[in-house]
Amino acid sequence: MEKRKELIVSAIENGTVIDHIPANKVFEVIKILGLDNCDCPVYFGTNLESKKYGAKGIIKISNKFFKSEEINKIALVAPTASLIEIKEFEVVNKHIVEIPDRIEGIVKCFNPKCVTNVEKVMTKFTVKKNEFGKIQLRCHYCEKFTTEENMEFL
Amino acid sequence: MSISLKNRSLISINDYTPEEICHILDIAEDFEKTRLQNLLNGRVIASLFFEPSTRTRLSFETAIQLLGGNVIGFSSTAGTSVQKGESLRDTITMVASYADLIVMRNPIDGSARFASEVSKVPIINAGDGSNQHPTQCLLDLYSIRKTQGTLENLEITMVGDLKYGRTVHSLVQAMCHFNAKFNFVSPNELKMPTTVIQHIKDAGLEYHEYTDLEEVIPHSDIIYMTRVQRERFPDPLEYEKVKNAYILRNYMLEPAKENCRILHPLPRVNEINEDVDPNPKAYYFQQAQNGLYVREALIAAILGLK
Repeated sequence: MEKRKELIVSAIENGTVIDHIPANKVFEVIKILGLDNCDCPVYFGTNLESKKYGAKGIIKISNKFFKSEEINKIALVAPTASLIEIKEFEVVNKHIVEIPDRIEGIVKCFNPKCVTNVEKVMTKFTVKKNEFGKIQLRCHYCEKFTTEENMEFL
Repeated sequence: MSISLKNRSLISINDYTPEEICHILDIAEDFEKTRLQNLLNGRVIASLFFEPSTRTRLSFETAIQLLGGNVIGFSSTAGTSVQKGESLRDTITMVASYADLIVMRNPIDGSARFASEVSKVPIINAGDGSNQHPTQCLLDLYSIRKTQGTLENLEITMVGDLKYGRTVHSLVQAMCHFNAKFNFVSPNELKMPTTVIQHIKDAGLEYHEYTDLEEVIPHSDIIYMTRVQRERFPDPLEYEKVKNAYILRNYMLEPAKENCRILHPLPRVNEINEDVDPNPKAYYFQQAQNGLYVREALIAAILGLK
């Protein structure tokens, strides 16, 4: 019998597909991008089979395209993710998200005594990796590190 | 090429290059010889101490007076608009319109960097919470260079609270420019943080960690003692366990090298026994005095007068 192929997550006509999200980060990406509060149709799947990563997540958002600072937010939790822009069911743009060197106003500083948590100051960080390859954000103001486990998105 | 630090804030010791640091130390040497120099000629320096300080505030204000300048400001927030809820942004903006330079201590981490971005006049960070205290670092470097004749190729031993002590963190960063070898002596609970160790690794320098102080004394050029700060411990029992971990006593210095000197950022509690004080290797009170020359030098350089 012929094996029937079908898309597990529906195709979209126009919008963005975020693929290769680590399976355990899908809901975080949804929250970071505010997709839980958006008006456009959103489809997602998680724990899907991936040759490259074992298990992956995917999110498809109709009629929405992202600005670079929004993409940066994704890179911090899903550095393996790829972004595909779709127009009239065709792929028009595809790129892998990149972890930026510096980020501003996206993440809260983990240090409760930091001036960014006391005064009205936009957070600024330099992105570094520790010896185990984990992302660490060095605060421009208090110089303390916010680790991946402690990241809270603004 | 001549070095100018005119209008350059000093927030973190890393803001200045090794050449700029040495430039400040050279000027400080000049002030040590002639400390009364009427360079400021009536200029106004704001001294904003949002939390109490003894040595730092007094030495800054003495430095300003010796340079012929006028001081405005406060030594605590009592009675100021800060108590009425004024933001740091507004306080700094207002004071910057009165003064030529602002010296600031504030208990909030990162407040000095923020102030330097808001202010139209340069800021000298006199301590921002647990973060940086760069003028302490400069006076430590001045004391090391003065007692050793150089900053290069020295063996520096740091003792006590290496986890929370901001002075040792800044000093490690600064001494990484000068090919130092580091020894860290601390209880396991108060070890040097990995983020500071990383600076040493990045510079390709050598460091060793010890729990026994006497073992490192014979080969140290500088022994930098620190106080274990009670306020850093949420659990008083944890503090009791480590508070007396390292006490330097005079007999322990017998095998020390001739050039070895004992430094301490002060105040001390009991980590240096008083029987060390008359030993010529004890240098902590002169070290505090050196703060005056370094702060005179910094103010003069930032105002473009040296």
